[in-house]
Amino acid sequence: MLSVSELSFERYFEPVFEPVSFELSAGSLMLITGSNGCGKTTLLRLLAGLLEPSEGKFKTREQPLYAGHNPAIKDDLSVEENIRFWMKFMGTRKTGLGDALCKRVIEEIGLTPVAMQEGRTLSAGQRKRCSLARLLFCDEALWLLDEPYSNLDREGIGMLDRIVRSHLDGGGACIMTTHGSLRPEGFELQECHMISGRERYAGAAA
Amino acid sequence: MSRQTSPTAFAALLRRDFLLAYRRRAELLQPLLFLLVVTTLFPLGVGPSPQLLANIAPGVIWIAALLATVLSLDSLFRSDYEDGTLEQMILSGQPLALIALARTVAHWLVAGLPIVLLSPLLALWMNLPAEGMSILIKSLIIGTPVLSLIGAIGGALTVSLKRGGQLLSLLVFPLYVPLLILATNAVSSSVAGLPYTGQLGLMVAGLIGSLTLAPFATAAALKLSLS
Amino acid sequence: MNRLYLFFHKTGSPPWFYKYSGYLIPWLWAGFLLLTAIGLYLGLLVAPADYQQGESVRIMYLHVPAAWMSMMIYGLMAIWGFIALVWRIRIMEVLIISSAPIGAAFTLIALVSGSLWGRPTWGTYWVWDARLTSELVLLFLYFGVIALYNSFDEPRKAARAASLLSIVGAINLPIIHFSVLWWNTLHQGSSIGTSGNSIHPSMLWPLLYMAVAFKLYYGANLLSRARLRLLTQDHRKRWVQDLLTKESS
Repeated sequence: MLSVSELSFERYFEPVFEPVSFELSAGSLMLITGSNGCGKTTLLRLLAGLLEPSEGKFKTREQPLYAGHNPAIKDDLSVEENIRFWMKFMGTRKTGLGDALCKRVIEEIGLTPVAMQEGRTLSAGQRKRCSLARLLFCDEALWLLDEPYSNLDREGIGMLDRIVRSHLDGGGACIMTTHGSLRPEGFELQECHMISGRERYAGAAA
Repeated sequence: MSRQTSPTAFAALLRRDFLLAYRRRAELLQPLLFLLVVTTLFPLGVGPSPQLLANIAPGVIWIAALLATVLSLDSLFRSDYEDGTLEQMILSGQPLALIALARTVAHWLVAGLPIVLLSPLLALWMNLPAEGMSILIKSLIIGTPVLSLIGAIGGALTVSLKRGGQLLSLLVFPLYVPLLILATNAVSSSVAGLPYTGQLGLMVAGLIGSLTLAPFATAAALKLSLS
Repeated sequence: MNRLYLFFHKTGSPPWFYKYSGYLIPWLWAGFLLLTAIGLYLGLLVAPADYQQGESVRIMYLHVPAAWMSMMIYGLMAIWGFIALVWRIRIMEVLIISSAPIGAAFTLIALVSGSLWGRPTWGTYWVWDARLTSELVLLFLYFGVIALYNSFDEPRKAARAASLLSIVGAINLPIIHFSVLWWNTLHQGSSIGTSGNSIHPSMLWPLLYMAVAFKLYYGANLLSRARLRLLTQDHRKRWVQDLLTKESS
């Protein structure tokens, strides 16, 4: 589904991370690990198409779905209005635009009690849940999730695991980043450990 | 393509923008109050002589409109940039120029159109002769969308900068020069009983030109602001 | 297409550019000095004084070529910028941002020399004359590009923003120029200008020498600036390190 070869990205004329290569097939989950600042987010943004690679390339037929650190939630709109906007804007025609689907999505991410509340009133964990709603109404096969577990409570982590599992069972693929503490439980994982470009540079100089 | 059709996405975006503008309606008033205050300063600064005010009225009103527009441009893409909405929009697969156009149309409707509606009051204050009134309104109707369209390029270029506001005015004011010349001249000509249709025609040409080109430049600027 | 792309790619590689521009620069400087010497000699000593404007007409030999350069460089920046955005060639990004200060300097020369010429001619240093006004707006356009570039932290992102702005500016530049000309004819009866009058060959030749000399100056200065910028940006890269060890040995 996705093949990455010798991908690298430069910022301030220095590589952000060591060149990355991997293959990802349908139905598999890849975990990208590495310390803070080693370029995990940059890699996902490259794969999403927000950045252009400096060297190397990646091949995929899919338009990936990217869920980054910013939740893309408007403070002045309610949870339901936020989700409905994104359903209309990027949702598929297949899933339809009905209120029923919107209600179901909100229920599934566990935000029914606050569905009418404005975005500004949400806690960090609720925001995260709200931004994950996108996973439920878009039908992209390739998911790029940046630190999806951050801010989620135990129940939220279980919810995300369920969503990811049903995505993988349906023939999708998923790449997620983590800086260590939180990892998906009970999955067969491919792992890609990233090394910051600066670390290598410091090593070479020494 | 399993994606949403573009017209649906365009309409959804416009609807969202109006809803957001409505929820934040107090902020919409600020550029308009600014317009009124700036216009008030001119008679206080140059003296209340009706003849003098009538002479400078088209220029004063148009410059105040430029300033008010640029004031509201800084926020055009900023909140969408900061909360991650913009990157999701870019990744949605919808044509980015269309997204830029939708934001610009919304900007004109909530920031440009009120300037047009307020202009008769400004014309009255500035003692603009009655013959000039309808041409002033026409020039603003044609011209303010151009201000939004060209200004959106500047707004998109500076959206990732922390303090983009001042830079934005440095970038867009020189680009506004032809419009200012044509518009103020059309109004002065009509007051003096001279032909003005040529100027308005050129302004319409400018509107069509910027309507076709500016959204693409804005889209490119948004893309690079997110990189 | 492929061959064109390869050509760009090769020309766009910093070591290649650094090497070959180094051969070119001395010739450009030499040509600039020679042509300036001839141009100034012809303009200041050989050409006659104007019957209307007197000796101050000689300012024209500086003013007019500088004004031409100011417009030309902005147009070139739009071309460099277009190539930089479409093919993402780094040399072009370096060229555009190295061009901006040179262009702004020529614009400033045109403005200052124009206003010095205006003093004896109009009796004042500044008149909202069409050409001076449009040069002034052009100066603001240059300042915009430079300020935008300096506002970004990441140099490549900054260069692409500057490229986009100069393309937008270059599309607007003729419109600004002609609207200012038209505005000027409305507000002023007539101003003394050299346009329209046929120029005597003895005045034309120094003008042309100076115009070519300025273009060579732009080439030399641009390449020098671009090389310096490349060295600074790549100072950790292998090719610069190799260059340094070669020079020190």
